[in-house]
Amino acid sequence: MEYFLQQLINGLTLGSIYGLIAIGYTMVYGIIGMINFAHGDVFMVGGFIALIAFLALVAIGVSAIPLALFLVLLIAMGLTALYGWTVERFAYRPLRHSFRLAPLISAIGMSIVLQNYVQIVQGARVKPLPPLVEGGHTLIASEDFAVQLSNVQIIVVTTTLLLLAIFSWLVARTRLGRDMRACEQDLKMASLVGINIDRTISLTFVIGASLAAVAGIMYLLYYGVVDFHIGFVAGVKAFTAAVLGGIGSLPGAVLGGLLIGLIETFWSAYFSIEYKDVAAFSVLIIVLIFLPSGILGRPEVEKV
Amino acid sequence: MSAAPDAILAVERLSMRFGGLVAVDDLSFNAQRGHITALIGPNGAGKTTVFNCITGFYKPSAGMIRLSHRDGQTFLLERLIDFRIAQWAKVARTFQNIRLFPGMTALENLVVAQHNVLMAASGFSFVGLLGLKSYGTAERAAVDKARYWLDRTGLLGRGDDLAGGLAYGEQRRLEIARAMCTDPVLLCLDEPAAGLNARESAELNDLLRFIRRDHGVSILLIEHDMSVVMEISDHIVVLDYGVKIADGSPAAIRDDPKVIAAYLGVEDEEVEQAEAEVGR
Amino acid sequence: MPNATASTSQPLPIVAALKDATVAALIALGLFFFLIGLNTDQGPSGALEVFPRFRLLAIVVAVVFAGALARALIFGRAPIGVGGTLTPWLSQAGDRIGPYVGPALLGFALVVPVLFFHNRYVLDLGILVLTYVMLGWGLNIVVGLAGLLDLGYVAFYAVGAYSYALLATHFEWSFWICLPLAGILAAFWGVLLGFPVLRLRGDYLAIVTLAFGEIIRLVLLNWQSFTGGPNGISSIPRPSFFGLPFNDEPGGFAATFGLEFTATHRVVFLFYLILALALLTNWVTIRMRALPVGRAWEAMREDEIACRSLGINTTNTKLTAFAVGAMFGGFAGSFFATRQGFISPESFVFGESALILAIVVLGGMGSQIGVATAALVMLGGFELFREFEQYRMLLFGAAMVTIMIWRPRGLVASRTPVLYLNGRKGAAAPAAQRKS
Repeated sequence: MEYFLQQLINGLTLGSIYGLIAIGYTMVYGIIGMINFAHGDVFMVGGFIALIAFLALVAIGVSAIPLALFLVLLIAMGLTALYGWTVERFAYRPLRHSFRLAPLISAIGMSIVLQNYVQIVQGARVKPLPPLVEGGHTLIASEDFAVQLSNVQIIVVTTTLLLLAIFSWLVARTRLGRDMRACEQDLKMASLVGINIDRTISLTFVIGASLAAVAGIMYLLYYGVVDFHIGFVAGVKAFTAAVLGGIGSLPGAVLGGLLIGLIETFWSAYFSIEYKDVAAFSVLIIVLIFLPSGILGRPEVEKV
Repeated sequence: MSAAPDAILAVERLSMRFGGLVAVDDLSFNAQRGHITALIGPNGAGKTTVFNCITGFYKPSAGMIRLSHRDGQTFLLERLIDFRIAQWAKVARTFQNIRLFPGMTALENLVVAQHNVLMAASGFSFVGLLGLKSYGTAERAAVDKARYWLDRTGLLGRGDDLAGGLAYGEQRRLEIARAMCTDPVLLCLDEPAAGLNARESAELNDLLRFIRRDHGVSILLIEHDMSVVMEISDHIVVLDYGVKIADGSPAAIRDDPKVIAAYLGVEDEEVEQAEAEVGR
Repeated sequence: MPNATASTSQPLPIVAALKDATVAALIALGLFFFLIGLNTDQGPSGALEVFPRFRLLAIVVAVVFAGALARALIFGRAPIGVGGTLTPWLSQAGDRIGPYVGPALLGFALVVPVLFFHNRYVLDLGILVLTYVMLGWGLNIVVGLAGLLDLGYVAFYAVGAYSYALLATHFEWSFWICLPLAGILAAFWGVLLGFPVLRLRGDYLAIVTLAFGEIIRLVLLNWQSFTGGPNGISSIPRPSFFGLPFNDEPGGFAATFGLEFTATHRVVFLFYLILALALLTNWVTIRMRALPVGRAWEAMREDEIACRSLGINTTNTKLTAFAVGAMFGGFAGSFFATRQGFISPESFVFGESALILAIVVLGGMGSQIGVATAALVMLGGFELFREFEQYRMLLFGAAMVTIMIWRPRGLVASRTPVLYLNGRKGAAAPAAQRKS
């Protein structure tokens, strides 16, 4: 029981990170119907920027950890958003009227570019960071097992829920959110009624990328390492989360993220750690086959 | 309503709902064999939805669609998936926004339509892969049929041009030719005259009459262009908001007040009459 | 296809151009400040520290500034992309020399072992290129002809390689029995995977195939008892010349034909073997394009709904494409296994799938010659830039993006119809953009 509870906590933490990345997939898919294959790598770039920014802040003497973390959050979100914007502007926007698979192929190219770019400029080795947030709480202690809830886990989960709340509000209540939902319904019609669709799509990428940056920071805090190819597997899993939750739905993305995090954690804990990725990938295949519109998504009617 | 003895298509109590939206509500009508039946109605009346139900692209929420061949064989179309409807029940269709294979030539478009015949002739590719003669014969027959329909639709000179490069009116005709290459018993045309000029419209009328007369194919058509509808239809079904509001010969439809009301809004006299009735 | 370039592609006046370039430089500064401007490495204490690299940063930003300025002065604000300035020239060149490239390449390939008999390096490179030509042609059936984006093609390559390796090492069956079996097994896996997933829309299919490819790799990596895990399978039997082994014993190939023994005989044999396999792939593809099934593949790529309205069973049609493509992947895999003598999951990573896909995309989806040329150019290019190993993947990713933007149908974009109404003359239709 204690072991189970511990895995539950770990799974929810991991799932929060997936959920943050998944929001970016789901928003972009909702609005232009493409799988932003490079999104996982944008997450990786976010993690790297956070790492370097933190080290730089330490180097110039900002040593109070809460302040440093706050600044890192701002820097990483801002600059990763710039990456998101640039990727959309150069690799996807020119293809908006090309054939169906062109943006996806371009996105795969972009993913390769980002991975290798980071590998070239920062090296292929794993980058470790000493734990920044230490300590935690022992929830239940029995004689042979203590259930731990670390402060990092609290930060990760609360940040995710907070951001989900903020962005749900943004999409539901603001002008930008209304424009996004309009574009989701019908791009052409949206532009006819005077919505600047280029700007709306750009902003979607910017928001998705900044959330991916947050996920990158959380990953860095939680695992204490980044390397240039954490984006690939995390990206595929986050995409699975987005599909599982129902693509196009923000709460769905977080729900899916949590589920994938739990599946992966429990699989590793009770079955075999070697096959944890196999479990996540199998979930993707099974969901797409049997539940393509996800848990919270709407079924899609094929337009004839 | 019972099916008339020689109805090729009997639609009975067809309903189609999308979530809460009722696109087609309890619709029944017949299309007679050898007739041109037109389905008309204002925009959003549910005509294309009816087509998609008949050709299997949508699965109706309720109702029955029965197609009968001359030899007495009948098919319940609501139970078949789309490509089986084309393959077994022999219903061919065109699309409101043309769906050709734009990167293939006009000829290839028409040969693709004969896929099932050729597939059998090629021994499901195994015989064909070895280059046996029987397949060559079948392929030549397919090209000859394509040539015939290109000729009939005035596209003979454009057979080797890409379908995507044809003019709009040519594309419309090519789509009809392609549908005819599947040897249908019922041809469903979704706004074939849309975007055509007067001369092209007249040619289309001739083509449809020819298809019915010389090939014995029944036609079901959605059309907005009244000059086409009134001139060539034998029978007209009028839909409004998913409900059938009239059903009859062109002459009867022309004078039906409900149809006029649906198209033009309610007539002034009727408003006055209604007001008189409520006693104002 | 929208073409907004004509009216807006005038050069900008110098002030506006400077403004554009400054904006570009600022964006570049934002993008690169941390990742290029600051390097992270282990410091003296062993912990990670940052080391400034501002000179490099300045150079990169200056290059972006100069590039943006030049672009603004030459092309103005014309959107990069479809209908860009380079396209017509490239497409004409590509279409015009297209017909001569094929026979020339084939002729060259045939004489390579004669010309370079004593140059083992060239022979090995040739074998490598031909392996990718074959993989490209195999994937071309799935992606180029049938329009199904398969991101896990390497799975079938792996299935072929492992099938061959396991059959050959456990049962000691000969290459000529294992080869077809490996192909059939790969095709079987193709059908097994394809059956449930081929109903999915294009991009979902892509992700599912990617997941499948990863699953296969992870299983190969972790199923130690069966696949040898990360150590792979070694001492896979080498092919024989239809029963005559390539050794210097009396019953060997050299002795039988009265030749002096040299290890090159085997390399030359492998060269012609993969050439023959690749040509078989090509031949089957060309034949199938002329058959109803191949035509249905192409029609499906153009418009799946229209196909179904014509009575074509698109699920079966997709399955055949998937199975045939997988089979050739399996053949290539068994060739790979017998040539290397050793295989491990390392060889079957997603990057391989991406490379094969890039070959197909760059070459021109559906074009046999384009794919062969792209394989030659890319692998040749990789060899030329061997010292810049790190940069080649970067370039290759960038090339995928650029090709999609400038020439979405690849280098050889024209499609040759198989059937003609009025004979072949005058039928050189220009390539039309596919509908989105």
